[in-house]
Amino acid sequence: MDYIRAFVVGGLICVIAQILIDKTKLTPARILVLYVTLGAILGGFGIYKKLIDFGGAGATVPLLGFGNSLAQGAIKAVKKDGIIGAFTGGLTATAGGISAAVFFGYLFSIIFNPKTKK
Amino acid sequence: MAQKKMGSQTVKFVNPPSIISSGTIVGPKEGQGPLKDYFDMILTDDTYGEKSWEKAECKMFQDSVNLALKKASLNINNIDYLIGGDLLNQIITSSFAARQFNVATFGLYGACSTMAEGLSIGSMVIDGGFADYVIVTTSSHFSTAERQYRFPLEQGVQRPFTAQWTVTGSGSSLLSSTGSGPYITHVTTGKVVDLGMKDANNMGAAMAPAAADTIITHFNDTGFTINDYDLIITGDMARVGKSILMELLNKEGLNIEDKYKDCGIEIYDESQDVHSGGSGAGCSAVVLNGWLLSQIKNGTYNRVLFIATGALLSPTSTQQGESIPGIAHAVTISRYT
Amino acid sequence: MEKDVKKQQEYKDIAQKYEPKPTLIKNIIWAFVVGGLICDIGQFFLNLFVSRGMSLEQASTPVAIIMVFLGSFLTGIGIYDDIGRFAGAGSVVPITGFANSIVAPAMEFKREGFVFGVASRMFNIAGPVIVYGVGTSIIVGLVYYFLK
Repeated sequence: MDYIRAFVVGGLICVIAQILIDKTKLTPARILVLYVTLGAILGGFGIYKKLIDFGGAGATVPLLGFGNSLAQGAIKAVKKDGIIGAFTGGLTATAGGISAAVFFGYLFSIIFNPKTKK
Repeated sequence: MAQKKMGSQTVKFVNPPSIISSGTIVGPKEGQGPLKDYFDMILTDDTYGEKSWEKAECKMFQDSVNLALKKASLNINNIDYLIGGDLLNQIITSSFAARQFNVATFGLYGACSTMAEGLSIGSMVIDGGFADYVIVTTSSHFSTAERQYRFPLEQGVQRPFTAQWTVTGSGSSLLSSTGSGPYITHVTTGKVVDLGMKDANNMGAAMAPAAADTIITHFNDTGFTINDYDLIITGDMARVGKSILMELLNKEGLNIEDKYKDCGIEIYDESQDVHSGGSGAGCSAVVLNGWLLSQIKNGTYNRVLFIATGALLSPTSTQQGESIPGIAHAVTISRYT
Repeated sequence: MEKDVKKQQEYKDIAQKYEPKPTLIKNIIWAFVVGGLICDIGQFFLNLFVSRGMSLEQASTPVAIIMVFLGSFLTGIGIYDDIGRFAGAGSVVPITGFANSIVAPAMEFKREGFVFGVASRMFNIAGPVIVYGVGTSIIVGLVYYFLK
């Protein structure tokens, strides 16, 4: 059951982005920026949490979830450390993902070479 | 008084230069297309054994020059001028290729119109009595152009249907003051035309107004009619641009449909998933020097109007939201003088 | 000038007539299916970590790391762009697409060196994402602090 919910939620989030790309000529890069910002805002209002409760990985794997983690992290740290938490919380909560992106990104860029399109 | 000038933008040559030989080299994808039998050399690997695609493009440029020279039994010392251009920033392909040649060089930038621009200037130089042999070469390479103008190759993005596919290839025409044709008899130099199109993924639409302008000017200047030509061929309007161009010309009372082809459509088969069609400075160069010249020599076409079109954009201008200026140069290539 | 604007508009109408429309329905179906499947892969790992005794929140970090690994690897071996050709947003929006946007330019600019080529190009798209994401989260944190 949770696989079906994740599939539907994740799929629908992608469909919204696809419609935006096809209808407004927004580039994929702008979609990513838009989604992470939107995720952080929805996360700030505590709305995104409900989507995660329902859709599980369907809500956390899209970049909206990354934005949500940033905002949730900031709020959590503010609760614990006060105002300084606003500056430490976001990156702390997402450190794993970002570090992995830097590390694996660099590693695979070094190991592999781009192939021309057929 | 400019005695060889006709009308506003056209030149008529007194001693029309001959295209005495040509050289073409293309990448693997172009080598699977419908024109594959007409190219001198087809690469099996588009890196051409080099460390970067830029180096590969440079090597293609040199080889297409060498192929043309060899067919005419000439060597580079016989050449008065090399006129060349490509799509990369500061036309590095042409300049880096030319540094191997030790020959007087003019570097051109006209985006995808460069082949016609080069033929125009080369012919003027010869008919003006300034040279006996001029070689005109252009090149483009899918993988160098793609990363300069659009996305990295491995980025997972969808290409819109209006997008064109940059041709990997280089073509050279060797022009001579003496020879038995095909001859370049007239040249109409285009104006930069911009009707406000901004989509870098729809270059056909950006260039169509320039092509229409040049074609109409050509007929007005020379007094030719459509019946004087067996073929009108544009460089890389592709499917989208071709339809627009025909409508623009129809509005001016010029119906070219029966005699009209486009290099960007001819070079690929529809099954090759290139969407609108081919583009790039190499596109018109390889189609002209590979397929078209052979058709003129064997009499399939006696007189052809070759119009190469260029979209004069840069990544910077696109990012700053500028519209895309277009240009088109027309060259009359004839079996007889 | 006014005439130019009119002429441009007229031309835009002509050009639009010949612009092939994206096959929206087909694109949407592909985006839905591929996006859904990528999320299901995430769900698989999420369930795995939760069954090993992690809380849902704890498990999301290793899941993100694995998904980033997969996205980078598939980009490296040259498969991710083939998926993207059909999937469109379905492979852009998941965090694997974020990884793709890092590896693709970095790999391609290797010839420009390891500092200004690879390392600086890695953040071509990822940079803006992090800037806006982190920026927004700081604002969220500050707002929360003052409104609490």
